[in-house]
Amino acid sequence: MAKTTLTFALMDPPYEDARSTTALRLVDIAARRGYNVNVFAYEGAVFLPFALQKPHANAVHGLDVEAEDHPQTREWVAALIKECERNGGRLDWLNCGLCVDERGAGDSIPGVRRGTPADLWKMAEESDNTLVIAAK
Amino acid sequence: MAKYLLIESRDPFDSNDCAHFCLLAERLAAAGNDVTFFPVQNGVLPARSGAQSKLLADLAAAGVVVLADSFALAERGICTDKLIAGVAAAPLDIVVDQLAEGRKAIWH
Repeated sequence: MAKTTLTFALMDPPYEDARSTTALRLVDIAARRGYNVNVFAYEGAVFLPFALQKPHANAVHGLDVEAEDHPQTREWVAALIKECERNGGRLDWLNCGLCVDERGAGDSIPGVRRGTPADLWKMAEESDNTLVIAAK
Repeated sequence: MAKYLLIESRDPFDSNDCAHFCLLAERLAAAGNDVTFFPVQNGVLPARSGAQSKLLADLAAAGVVVLADSFALAERGICTDKLIAGVAAAPLDIVVDQLAEGRKAIWH
């Protein structure tokens, strides 16, 4: 039986909308099942795996960087890549190159590749299903 | 008969077009299709009895399966015993199940 492959198209940047969290929750569920997962990240979503994200302290609450433990979406994406591998699947995370260049978001974590909008069509063609999570 | 999965992430108190998305679900069901309507994020707010609950109640009455994301409900302090009739809590896994089964899926 062929392995299930799902494609998700994401366009929201990190730290702005619950859609990003829900999208990563969906990827996580698919990863735990050992599915192959494609992510086509475009517009602000190319910053989800941005390697230069840095945790910060919270002076208002008197917390240093370690105590604040601010979440980094680049770490979540890295964890999802590992989770897919651990369960026999793979996460192919592709950032739209046009969107990357517009935003100077070229420094991505390992495992993220660069592509074009045509890759979304290829991913969809090779998938059992595709969900486009568009920004509002 | 086709199978559809409609995912509603928007809050009807904030987005007037939620009613149109519900109408789409209702008409797909009326045309004989198998339709699941899955509210997530603030989309779960009308699952609790209130001014906008009729949107989801009408869907259930029209034969649409209405399943609200249990995580989103818990985040908003909406207990499952407070859900309106016709709406059930369900994990987000349902979305992945139905994507894997090949349902036509629309995110709003």
